[in-house]
Amino acid sequence: MVATALTKALTHPAAGAALDIEQISHAFDIDGAELPVLSDVSISVEPGEFVALLGPSGCGKSTLLRLVAGLDKPKAGRLREDEERIRRPHPSRVVVFQDPTLFPWRSVWDNVALGLEAQGILRSQRQRVDDALDLVGLSSFRNAYPHQLSGGMAQRVALARALVNDPKILILDEPLGKLDSLTRITMQAELVSLWQRKGFTTLLVTHDAEEALVLANRVVVFSERPARVKADIRVDRPYPRHRGDPYLADLRRQILGLLGLDATW
Amino acid sequence: MSTYSLSDGLASGAPRTSRAPLLATWIRESGVGVLASIAWIAFGLSCLWWEDVGDWSRTHSLGIAAFIIAAIALFGTVGADYLGSAGQALHKRAPWLVALGAFLTVWEVATAKFAWLPLPFFPPPQSIIEVYTDDLPKLLDSVFASVKLQLGGYLIGATIGFLTGVSIGWSRAVGYWVHPVLRFIGPLPATAWLPIAFFTFPSSWSASTFLIALATGFPVTVLTWSGVASVSNAYYDVARTLGAKPSFLVLKVAIPAALPHVFVGLFMGLGSSFAVLVVAEMIGVKAGLGWYLQWAQGWAAYANMYAALIVMSLLCSGAITLLFSIRDRLLVWQKGTVKW
Repeated sequence: MVATALTKALTHPAAGAALDIEQISHAFDIDGAELPVLSDVSISVEPGEFVALLGPSGCGKSTLLRLVAGLDKPKAGRLREDEERIRRPHPSRVVVFQDPTLFPWRSVWDNVALGLEAQGILRSQRQRVDDALDLVGLSSFRNAYPHQLSGGMAQRVALARALVNDPKILILDEPLGKLDSLTRITMQAELVSLWQRKGFTTLLVTHDAEEALVLANRVVVFSERPARVKADIRVDRPYPRHRGDPYLADLRRQILGLLGLDATW
Repeated sequence: MSTYSLSDGLASGAPRTSRAPLLATWIRESGVGVLASIAWIAFGLSCLWWEDVGDWSRTHSLGIAAFIIAAIALFGTVGADYLGSAGQALHKRAPWLVALGAFLTVWEVATAKFAWLPLPFFPPPQSIIEVYTDDLPKLLDSVFASVKLQLGGYLIGATIGFLTGVSIGWSRAVGYWVHPVLRFIGPLPATAWLPIAFFTFPSSWSASTFLIALATGFPVTVLTWSGVASVSNAYYDVARTLGAKPSFLVLKVAIPAALPHVFVGLFMGLGSSFAVLVVAEMIGVKAGLGWYLQWAQGWAAYANMYAALIVMSLLCSGAITLLFSIRDRLLVWQKGTVKW
């Protein structure tokens, strides 16, 4: 608790938004049959918090992110960003998906400019695009096309495309899932430093317990589908965190236990 | 004596070994160019050597022209090093020059000189040249009429097809109404409308424009539609979370993503509209290359027919080339992702 307060004080206190996920239930209709994916999920996220959503794959974490983003509507329950109901997508909540999904017909610069262009403010704010590219260290690739980038670079561009909008809530749907382990570790560090500098609230879906513990102040563990909140764990450790930290190792064992993997660890 | 001759052989043998590969490289480098020159000299000779079996006024000029081309090929080959890119271009096309020279020689001999091919139906090269020089105004008028008709019809058809395709792909309501109509009317060859079009439209020109637009519009519509429909939802999700309005989703996501498909439709439309153009000109419009062909046939002016055919194929392939270069410019981002 002290640590989260401290991180908040160190960064911009107003940069992040509070997020309230209140008794959300959701289901898919598959050939007329209803397949429940989320069952009575409630999470309250403070402004500037970094929350990792951890659970077995296919449990419904990504669905929850789509609901938070406003891309889909929940069957039951309410979502609020700073006390305001979430009804549709808004650039204050930007998603970085597992695939970079860059637009192949646009150059790197034009991809990053997408949000500002869609909101009709690109003309006056071109500098923000350059800044965002600087932030992820890809200024020299501004004129490249997506197919010329490596996986890690493409995901960095996707990150810049999100950050250029100065989101209050950054929603990360396993953005590092498809990267090789080296790139992954580098980008984890970059994510933490970006989050610390910018102070946005971050929601990260992952199925990697170690990633969750290295990055987040809070780890929410989900059950199998339909997902329920199984545990809500605070990670009160300063950054940068060390992977071999015995405290984290202990938490990891605990979390893997919750996920039903205690025998192997 | 023997030692002398041996040392003589050695002495002269040393430079020969270094000259022989030089000669070999020269033949490899320039042999085809020289061959091209020879082929065109043969063509020139074939024009001038024997008397024509018919009465053609351009035989002599054609022979001279063949010699000029032969000279250009020869000097271009010998002096390739001093000509830069022009020399390179000539070197690349030399094999075709050989083939063309040989073909023209055979053609000349088989028609104008010995009439191995029945004459009025297989005119010699010089009679086609004669058409280009003596019947130029009428031919140019026809070219102009054809281009005007084709361009108007194609642009109208492509525009309407593109807009219809985007609307069907985007809006379910539009799709509901337009799809069955398209299903019913689309596969009908545009030429089947010809009799109806020519008496419903006020002029044969507007009727032909309609037919060309129809022939273009159908493939463009269908491919634009399938292009828009196949755009991945992930792109829309990304754009929506970044604050995109529906108009942005159509103009900046759906259309650019569908553009590769649209171009396939444009190519198909171009091909089928050529067919309609020629038929429409032959039957209804009293102008254009199709009409010129028809007219030439009426007068048994076979040289004029061949001349018109050559112009027509140049125009059609020119149009395709133009469309290709527009596509290459617009879809430059595809370079490296797909093999063209």
